[in-house]
Amino acid sequence: MTRTGKEPVAVVGIGQTKHVAARHDVSIAGLVREAAVRALADAELTWADIDAVVIGKAPDFFEGVMMPELYLADALGAVGKPMLRVHTAGSVGGSTALVASNLVAARVHRTVLTLAFEKQSESNAMWGLSLPVPFQQPLLAGAGGFFAPHVRAYMRRTGAPDAVGSLVAYKDRRNALKNPYAHLHEHDITLEKVQASPMLWDPIRYSETCPSSDGACAMVLTDRAGAARSQKPPAWVHGGAMRSEPTLFAGKDFVSPQAGKDCAADVYRQAGITDPRREIDAVEMYVPFSWYEPMWLENLGFAQEGEGWKLTEAGVTELDGDLPVNPSGGVLSTNPIGASGMIRFAEAALQVRGQAGEHQVQGARRAMGHAYGGGAQFFAMWLVGAEPPAS
Amino acid sequence: MPTTSRYARDVAVVAFAQSDHRRRSDELSEVEMVMPVLHQVLDRTGLKAGEIGFTCSGSSDYLAGRAFSFTMTLDGVGAWPPISESHVEMDGAWALYEAWVKIQTGEADTALVYSYGKSSPGSVRDVLTRQLDPYYLAPLWPDSVALAALQAQALIDAGETDEAGLAAIGARSRAAAGANPHAQLRGDAVAPGDYQVRPLRTGDCPPIGDGAAAVVLAAGDTARRLCARPAWITGIDHRIEAHGLGLRDLTDSPSTRIAAEHAGVFDAPVDTAELHAPFSSQEVVLRKALRLDGEGVAVNPSGGALAANPMMAAGLIRIGEAAARIHRGESDRAVAHATSGPCLQQNLVAVLEGEPA
Repeated sequence: MTRTGKEPVAVVGIGQTKHVAARHDVSIAGLVREAAVRALADAELTWADIDAVVIGKAPDFFEGVMMPELYLADALGAVGKPMLRVHTAGSVGGSTALVASNLVAARVHRTVLTLAFEKQSESNAMWGLSLPVPFQQPLLAGAGGFFAPHVRAYMRRTGAPDAVGSLVAYKDRRNALKNPYAHLHEHDITLEKVQASPMLWDPIRYSETCPSSDGACAMVLTDRAGAARSQKPPAWVHGGAMRSEPTLFAGKDFVSPQAGKDCAADVYRQAGITDPRREIDAVEMYVPFSWYEPMWLENLGFAQEGEGWKLTEAGVTELDGDLPVNPSGGVLSTNPIGASGMIRFAEAALQVRGQAGEHQVQGARRAMGHAYGGGAQFFAMWLVGAEPPAS
Repeated sequence: MPTTSRYARDVAVVAFAQSDHRRRSDELSEVEMVMPVLHQVLDRTGLKAGEIGFTCSGSSDYLAGRAFSFTMTLDGVGAWPPISESHVEMDGAWALYEAWVKIQTGEADTALVYSYGKSSPGSVRDVLTRQLDPYYLAPLWPDSVALAALQAQALIDAGETDEAGLAAIGARSRAAAGANPHAQLRGDAVAPGDYQVRPLRTGDCPPIGDGAAAVVLAAGDTARRLCARPAWITGIDHRIEAHGLGLRDLTDSPSTRIAAEHAGVFDAPVDTAELHAPFSSQEVVLRKALRLDGEGVAVNPSGGALAANPMMAAGLIRIGEAAARIHRGESDRAVAHATSGPCLQQNLVAVLEGEPA
C-alpha cells in the first residue's frame, strides 16, 4: 500500500538549560537530561511516549568524547530505541531537528525526541577548531579569524557604515535580558560599551562575538494525532531544508553563499511564502558575529542585495520592529555551538506557540529558524506556524 | 515489487562501490580516497552528483584527528551547485538510514550515501577508548580488543562457543574473502595466531585499515530504470542498548533482535547474511539474535569485517555487499547488519530483496 503526502509535524515540547559559561555541577549526561526532561514536561509526555531519539552536537573534540551518543543512550531514555547522531558543523542543531522531523513526516515514527548540546567548558573551542592539517588552509585561530575577512568584503561591497555591527550586538544583548535561558545577561550594556570593546579580528570587536556556553536544547516532535492530544498550542512545521556547498572553490561567494539562498528558497516554496519580509513575523538566525545579521538578511531574501544593513540601522530588526531578528538574544548572547542551531529552531517555535515570555513578538504567527556551519557552507532552516500546514 | 513493504515508498539499493581496503594509505588524503569510490558508484547508475536528490555521509572526526573533518570530504562530492546534504558521525549504515527516511518523505527520489575511515594515522585501539563513558570508563583506557575479549570469555563461560569454534569463524571468513578483490586479509593468510587479549587471538580480531564505500538508493520506477535487479529495502531498523557493559548480557544482542523484528527478518527465510562482526565472537552473538542457525544461509560471503574493517564504512559495506549479491542474482532475500559502540552496543538491521526472476 502506498500512502501519499507527508505527515504534518508538530512541535509540542521545548526544553532548554540555563546557558552559562561552565556547568560544573552536572556531567554531560546530566546536562542533556535536564533539557530533555523539560521538553517532555512541556509536552506533558513521558519517556515511554518517545519512539526514537535524534541527537546532534558540533565536533566531538569539544568534549573529548568520540560519538558521545553511545554513552548518552541511557541518560536520554534511548535504550531499546533507535538513536541517530547528526553532525553538520555549526548548522548541526538545525539539521538534527530536521532529521527528527523527517522521521515523523515519513511516518517511520510518531513521536521523536530531538536534542542538541555542547559543554564547551570541557575544552577550548577556539583551539578545538584550529587543529592543523597538512596542505589545507587552517581555520586561522578559531571561527572569528575565518569569518572576519568576509565581513570586510561585505562592508566594502555594500558601503555599510562601521557602526552597524555594534547596533546588532547592542540589540541582541538587550533582548537576552528578557530571556531567562540566555547565557549573557549584561544589565549595564550600552552602545558605547560595545563600541569601546577590544578589537579581536578587525572589524569584529569583543562584544560583537558570541560567548562559549554550556547548554542543551530539546524538542518533542509528533504527528497530527499527537498534536491533537497536546494541551498547549503546537508549532507546526511548514517547511524545512538543508543545503551544502564546498568549503573552498574559486566561485564561492562567502558574503552570500548560494547554498543559503537555495535553502531559504526551498523552505519558502514548501511554506508558500512569496514575500518573506512581510509574511514572516520573527526570525531566529544564526549570528555568531554581529555583522552576520545584515549579511543573512540579504542571503535569506529579507532585503535586496546591499540593503540588509539598512534594515538593521533603521531598527526594523529590533524586538518591537517590523521584522524582529533574534528576540531571544541569539547566538551573540548564547552559544553552546552544537545546540545553537536547535535553539534557533526552538525559539522560532516558542514564538508561534506564544510562549516566548518577555521576548515574545506580539501576534507572531509564522517564524523562521536558521542555522549555518563550516566555512559558511552548511545551511539548515525551518519555518514554523501557529496553524497546521494547508495540505 | 517487493511483497512485504510496509513503508510509504519502495526504496532499493541500486549501486554499490568500495575501495580496496589496506593497512595504510599514507599517500592519499581522505578526499583522494573517497573520490574514486564516488565516481564508480555514480558511473554504475549513469547519474551525476547534481542529479542526486539527497546526499548523506558517515565518518568520525576522531579518526581524522581534526574537528569538522567531513567538510573537506564534501569537496570530493562536487557539491556545486549546492546540494541537499547531511552527515552522521556514525557508520555509513546510519547515513543510509537517514537517506532512506528522506526518500520516504517524498522529498527525494535518489540518494548518494558514502562513508570512510582512515585508521592508519593513529592507534585505533586507543582512539576507540575515547567513545566510552568519559567520567568512569574512558580514563581507564580499556581498549576495543580487551572489551571484545570480555564478551568472548562470557560466551565461552556460557557454553555458547569455544576457542576452536571462534578460530573456525576467522578461518572461514578469510577463506571466503579469497573471492573478494577489495578485502584486506584474503585466503589463508591468517593463522589463529597468538593471543591478543585472552581468549581472542589474532585470527579472531579484525584487520586495522583504511577504506571507503558508497551506495546509491532510488525509489520505485527510478530504481528499476537505474538497475536491472534492484535490491529492495523491505525493512530497516536500528536500536541501541545501555552503554555500561555491566548493565548488559554480553552473550546476547537484544537490540539486534528488536531491530530484526521491526525489519521483518523473521517473516521469511534469508539466503544471505552480511554481519558486521569485527570479532569472531560477535558473529556467535549475532547468529543467535538473527536466528541464523539453519542451512542454506551464506554468512559473510564477502569475508565480513574479519577480512576488512574500515572504521565507519564496514557497516555500510555489509549493506552494499548484500545488495550486490541481489544485483548479481546470487541472492533473493538477504539480511545486512551494522554495529557501533563497544561489544555490539548499537545495531542496525536491513532486509534486502530481489524480485523473482
